[in-house]
Parts: sequence; C-alpha cells; structure tokens
Amino acid sequence: RAVESQSEGQCAPVDSLWRRYSEFELLRNYLSVTYPHIVVPPLPEKRADFVWHKLSADNMDPDFVERRRIGLENFLLRVASHPVLCEDKIFYSFLTQEGGWKEMVSETGFQLKADSRLKALNATFRVKNPDKRFTELKHYSDELQSVISHLLRVRARVADRLYGVYKVHGNYGRVFSEWSAIEKEMGDGLQSAGHHMDVYAASIDDILEEEEHYADQLKEYLFYAEALRAVCRKHELMQYDLEMAAQDLTSKKQQCEELATGTVRTFSLKGMTSKLFGQETTEQREAKIKVLEEQIQEGEEQLKSKNLEGRDFVKSAWADIERFKEQKNHDLKEALISYAVMQISMCKKGIQVWTNAKECFSKM
Amino acid sequence: DTSLAEVNSFSPSMPISPSSMINQYKFEDEPELRDLFITVDDPESHITAIETFITYRVVTKTSRGEFDSSEYEVRRRYQDFLWLKSKLEEAHPTLIIPPLPEKFIMKGMVERFSDEFVETRRKALHKFLNRIADHPTLTFNEDFKIFLTAQAWELSSHKKQGPSLLSRMGQTVRAVASSVRGGVKNRPEMFTEMNDYMETFSQKINVLDKIAHRIYREEREYLNEMKEYGPIHTLWSASEEDIADSLKGVASCIDKCCKATEKRMAGLSENLLPILHEYVLYSEILMGVLKRRDQIQGELDSKVDALAHKKTEKDLFSEEIGKLEDKVECANNALKADWDRWKQNMQCDMRSAFTNVAENNLHYYEE
Repeated sequence: RAVESQSEGQCAPVDSLWRRYSEFELLRNYLSVTYPHIVVPPLPEKRADFVWHKLSADNMDPDFVERRRIGLENFLLRVASHPVLCEDKIFYSFLTQEGGWKEMVSETGFQLKADSRLKALNATFRVKNPDKRFTELKHYSDELQSVISHLLRVRARVADRLYGVYKVHGNYGRVFSEWSAIEKEMGDGLQSAGHHMDVYAASIDDILEEEEHYADQLKEYLFYAEALRAVCRKHELMQYDLEMAAQDLTSKKQQCEELATGTVRTFSLKGMTSKLFGQETTEQREAKIKVLEEQIQEGEEQLKSKNLEGRDFVKSAWADIERFKEQKNHDLKEALISYAVMQISMCKKGIQVWTNAKECFSKM
Repeated sequence: DTSLAEVNSFSPSMPISPSSMINQYKFEDEPELRDLFITVDDPESHITAIETFITYRVVTKTSRGEFDSSEYEVRRRYQDFLWLKSKLEEAHPTLIIPPLPEKFIMKGMVERFSDEFVETRRKALHKFLNRIADHPTLTFNEDFKIFLTAQAWELSSHKKQGPSLLSRMGQTVRAVASSVRGGVKNRPEMFTEMNDYMETFSQKINVLDKIAHRIYREEREYLNEMKEYGPIHTLWSASEEDIADSLKGVASCIDKCCKATEKRMAGLSENLLPILHEYVLYSEILMGVLKRRDQIQGELDSKVDALAHKKTEKDLFSEEIGKLEDKVECANNALKADWDRWKQNMQCDMRSAFTNVAENNLHYYEE
C-alpha cells in the first residue's frame, strides 16, 4: 500500500518526475552508506541506454517513462523485501512522509559518513593481505557487468535487424494489392496474401515491446553488478585502513623502543639533527615517550575495534552476498525462461501468418 | 509423384525445375511424354592468348526422329546462347523467347567469373534451353536443333551462313522507320490491353524484385548479429555455476536459429529471387515483342496508305499487301497464343515461387 502511494506520485507533472527520481537517488545513497555490507538494489537507468533505432532515446517518451516507473517500483519492492533494509526508518518515511523527508535524511548526517575515497572509482588501494573471496567476487562482478552490457548491445542490434526483416515484408502487401488489380485469376490470391504480409509486418512491434521487458530484467543485474563491486570496494577500503593503522602502530612502537633504549635503528631527520645540534635532554625524551605510549594505547584500542568491525563486516556481507546469489540465480533463470517463451510465441505467430499466406498463394 | 521421379532419373546431377515440369504436364497440347531432355552443367574455364571464357556442357537426350542420335553432348559458351536467342527472335518475331541471363551484373558485388556468378548463370541457361524445349513452336526450330547437336566447328561455320550483319542492320532500320509511322493507329484492342497490362506488370515485378532482394539483405544482417549473439551466452556461462546450463541452452538455441535462417535465405536465393529476376527480364522481352508486332502492322499500314496514292500499280501492290496481311495475321495469332501460354506459365511460376517462400518460412518458424 505504501508502495502504491509512491507510484502514484510518479504521475505528477514533468518537473516533479525529475525531483522524484533524485529523491530515489538520495534514498539509495543513504542506504548504501548506512549499510555498506549490503548489496543495495540498483535504480533503473537514468537515461535510455542500449536502444535500438525504433525505440526513442528520449527520456520523455511515454514507453520509457512507463518502463522507468516499473523499474522504480521494482526497486522499492526489492528494498521492502530485504530482511535488513526493510526495517530502516528513513526508507519507511520515504514511503509515508510527503514533506520534509529530504531534511530528515540530511539530519542523519550520512553524507559525513560517506567515504569520499569510494567516489574515486579508479583509485587502487594496495592491500597486503586481500581476502580471496572478495577478490574473486570483484572479478565476478566485473565479468558480469561486461558480459551483460555486451549482451544487451548485441540484443539491441538483433532487434533492429529483425524489425527490418518484418517491416520490408509489409511492402509486399502494397505491391500485391496493386498487382492484383491487373490480374484476373491471380487477383484474389494476391490481394489476400498481401493482407497477411501486412499483418506479419505489424506483428513485430508487440514482439519487440515485450522483449524490452526482458532487457530491463537483465539491466537490473547489470546495475546489481555495480552494487556488488561497491561492497567489495568498501571491504577493500576497510582492509586498507586496518593495515595502515597496524602499520602506524608498529612504527610508533618502534619509535618508542628506540627512544627508550637510545638506539637508532632507522634513519630519521630528527636523529640527524639531534646528532648535529646535540642530544635531547632526558626530560624531553621522557615526555616524548609518554606521548607515544598514550598514542600506542589509543592505537591498540582502535586496531582492536577495527578488527572487530572488519570481522563483523565480512560476516554480514557474506550473509547478504549468499542471499543475493540465490536471488540472482532465481531471477535470471526466470528471465531466460520468459525470453524463451517469448521466442516461441513469436514463432507461433509466424507459423500462423505464413500458413494463411501459403493458402492464399496456392489459390493464385 | 512417380512419373516425375522417372523423368528426373535421366539427369541425376541436375534437378529439373519443378515449374517447367508442371508446364510440360499442364500446357502442352498433346499429352505426350516429353521427348527432349536438356541439361546445362559442368562450367569450364578456357584461357587463350586473347581472352578467358567459360563453356558449359549441354547434354541432350531425345527420342525424336529428326535427331540422328538419341544423345548429344556439346560445349557452348555464352556467346552461342546469344546467337541462338537472336536467331529465334528473327525467325519468330512475335513469339515470346525466354530470357537469357544478363551479360554482366552491374551491382559490382559479384566478380565476372566468381563461382556464385557462374552457377547463377548456369542455372539460368539451363532454364532458357528447357523453356525453348517446352515451347510448342520453338522446340522444332532448326537453329535450336543445330545448337544442341553441332560440334564447335560445325556451329561456327553455320553461324557464318546467316544473313550478314549489314542486311540485319538494314532490317532494323526499316523496322524502326515503319514504327515511327506507327502501327499504333490500327492496333487491335487486344494488343492495347496487352500493352497496358505489361506496363503495369513490368513496374510491379521490378518493385517485387527489389523488395525480395532487400529482404534477403536484411536477413543476412540479422544472421550476422545472431552469430555474435549466441556466443556471448556461452561466455557468460563460464562465470556462472547455477545458471550455466540455462545459458548454454540459450546459446545452442540461438545457434540453431542461425542455421534455420541460413536455410531460409538459401530458399530465397534458389527459388524466389531467380524467378522474379526472370520475369523482370520477361517483361522487357514482352514489351519488345509487342513493339515488333506493331512494326509488322506498321509495314502493312504504310503499304496500304501508299496504295491509296498509286492507283496504277494496284495489282503489284495488292499481292504485296496480301502477303503483308497474312504476315500480320500470323504474327497476331502467334502472339495471342503465346501470350496466353506465357500468362499461364507466369501464374504457375509465381504461385509455386511464393508458395515455396511461405513453406520455407513455415519450416523456419517450426525449427
């Protein structure tokens, strides 16, 4: 019910459509940041992509708008059926609260939590001990993204060509009709065959319209691949921070030890300058050691909590990833089956038309 | 149909086109069995200092008395076919002589001696000779017999015997001159109707030819895309576990669709496209035949006009006019009969060609 009311909001005039879409984006960003370990459902595309020539790339085209509406509704349903995300209060108020929702979202301060480093998509973090499972998952998401986008591109080209084949047959209709005017015995056969050619040519429109829904199902998983990669990246970042913190802690401990024992194991500018300008006093040294010891203690606590955070992240992430995998396998299988059903239906229509045409031809 | 199977056994390597078989059984006046079987096959390349050309083997089997032997095998080149056609046109100006394949294809896609070009031409030449054999009048033409039976040197010497190039040119000039005076004035209603019909038919058949070619091209583009489409699914299945089998299944189905599309395309190029092309040529031929009839009539009309001005040489003229009148009547009758025959054949050919297309499409969708 809450979903219905939101979908109705889509029927508002053109400007509010754009604002609405941006609010969906805001919601999704909020969820991504607040639940970094969850594979957050993707939004439908902003602009029409992978179009074949008949379908306009115009965002205001009613067919596109309708398909986007369905996509947005689907997004909300996915979130609502997710065991963790459905509990979120911001999500709930997105569905129920008309005004002031945006302010509520910014009040959560989630933008502060958002790690700006994640936005730099190409930045690599050299992680010393990467988690194999996450590395594999990242590869998988890359492969999935590349193969689905390739598939969608070629499918669009196939649709284009198929459209051409069907539509040219429509020309037969016109010529047969004109030709039948000068024929006595062949006239009737030609005329009625021509009619069937017209039917054949017209049938492709519905067929390809249906196929667009299949394409949309694949597109969802194309975008899901990105969501999957995002989780991997967040893990990577976490791991990186952990390693950096551990490294930092180790170096501080080392410094401390050096100061305490007076041995300099590593070259440092400070060491050099103190050699040049004379050693520090014992008091200075002791003060430094104290500061370092405090920092070390802090660092150890932080490292502990980071480790804990990391383990929790991995645990809950994998739980969600398993859930996602099952959902993906189920959905894609269904999509492929429905595609096959569409093809069969197209062939059945073809058989019908050509059976009729054959009869007309044989009567010529 | 066992009777068809028997006939086909004479030339196991060469399937005789079903439409010409139907011609035989439906439109010959006497229900006699066919007594002249011709095949055109085995193209061979000949390279001389001056030129390169292709000869085709023409095999004739016959039970007719006029032929000295019951089997003949000769080699002919395209030029020889052209010669035969022009002799037939000369002898029977108002009969509908079947079309020959063109000298060269302007589309530039097919090379002069590419396998595809030679094969298309061979099939058309085969059809040409068989259509002549089926024709109640043309089949008994002397030049036709010589074409089928003479050795190469015999044919060359026979060719030289015909009226010289100059005299033939003279005939053409006279014909053109008389057509200027126009046989159109006294043209019988029937032939005006034929003319009108041919104009429209010619238009329509040309458009159909273009449409059919366009469909062929679109199908080929579709096939190319499908060939890329299938393997993507196989590639994807390599990253998956659960749905790998489903994806591979889709890939193999797409592959099967490709094969079915290839079959459909082959059906078009073997059946509909050649027939439509033939009738494009036929429409030109028919316009020519109608013109020649008009010319013959024109000769008569101009003589009749002249007579009106020269009362003294009446007797001489009347004999000439009598002959011309006979000529016109013969021409008209010949054309009328041949026209009816041609229309029947056309209908038959079109029916079978389009029915074949429909059947191919049915098979395609069923697969």
